[in-house]
Amino acid sequence: MKFGVVVSTGPYTHEAADSAYHFVKSALAKGHEVPRVFFYHDGVNVGTRLSVPPQDDRNLQEIWTKLGQEHGIDLVICIAAAQRRGLLDENEAKRQGKDANNIADGFRISGLGQLIEMSIQTDRTIMFGN
Amino acid sequence: MSEEIKKLLYVNRKAPHGTIYAHEALEVVLIGAAFDQDVSLAFLDDGVFQLTKGQDTTGINCKNFSPTFRALGDYDVTKLFVEKESLEERGLTLDDLQDIQYEDEDDDWAEKPSIRLVSRAEMADIMANQDVVLSF
Repeated sequence: MKFGVVVSTGPYTHEAADSAYHFVKSALAKGHEVPRVFFYHDGVNVGTRLSVPPQDDRNLQEIWTKLGQEHGIDLVICIAAAQRRGLLDENEAKRQGKDANNIADGFRISGLGQLIEMSIQTDRTIMFGN
Repeated sequence: MSEEIKKLLYVNRKAPHGTIYAHEALEVVLIGAAFDQDVSLAFLDDGVFQLTKGQDTTGINCKNFSPTFRALGDYDVTKLFVEKESLEERGLTLDDLQDIQYEDEDDDWAEKPSIRLVSRAEMADIMANQDVVLSF
């Protein structure tokens, strides 16, 4: 089966980014496909490379980047939600006249159309959030 | 893009302000309208407050996006299911909600109400009938 996944609450405050990660890993292990994960609302904060959790805690950005790269998952961060919350890639930083960018490897910033397209093209859309 | 048309339901359960969910859900609806799917919106729990008339957000310095609901008909988003029990539990009636209409192209562009009052049991059936449910 083809799953589309949405993460809609922020990392560490909420467990949704963890639960989604475990779901995707398990689904792939069972032979299912997960072509894309869409990060919305505070979920976009998973994709900042500047988070530095304590060493004895999991690093959500790093494990998502690794999972995405190993399995060719399209990790999409919503541009409108990202702009509100200070998450920028190089192009956006330039376009908005900001002096830095913070998007992590393996993530890309794109529009809400990617969420709808994912919902149409997959068999099931699973939302992790509240 | 896939040619298949899916039944897509946006579930709105939260008050218009206090969290960003209502506002960002509406942004998805507007973008999603370009995909020509069979779209419905559901309003239940505190989500019914999103449709109330006379909202004024000047005191909280947040954008009042409630007028946008009246433009949904222009985006071919014409099915707004409101749960009766959620309204009643909050002391609201249909009269407290905005008058949201759409023009029915199959009926000589007659103006018809977009809001459809449904019971909790009917809402469960509506949800069960969807291909995709996005919950906010």
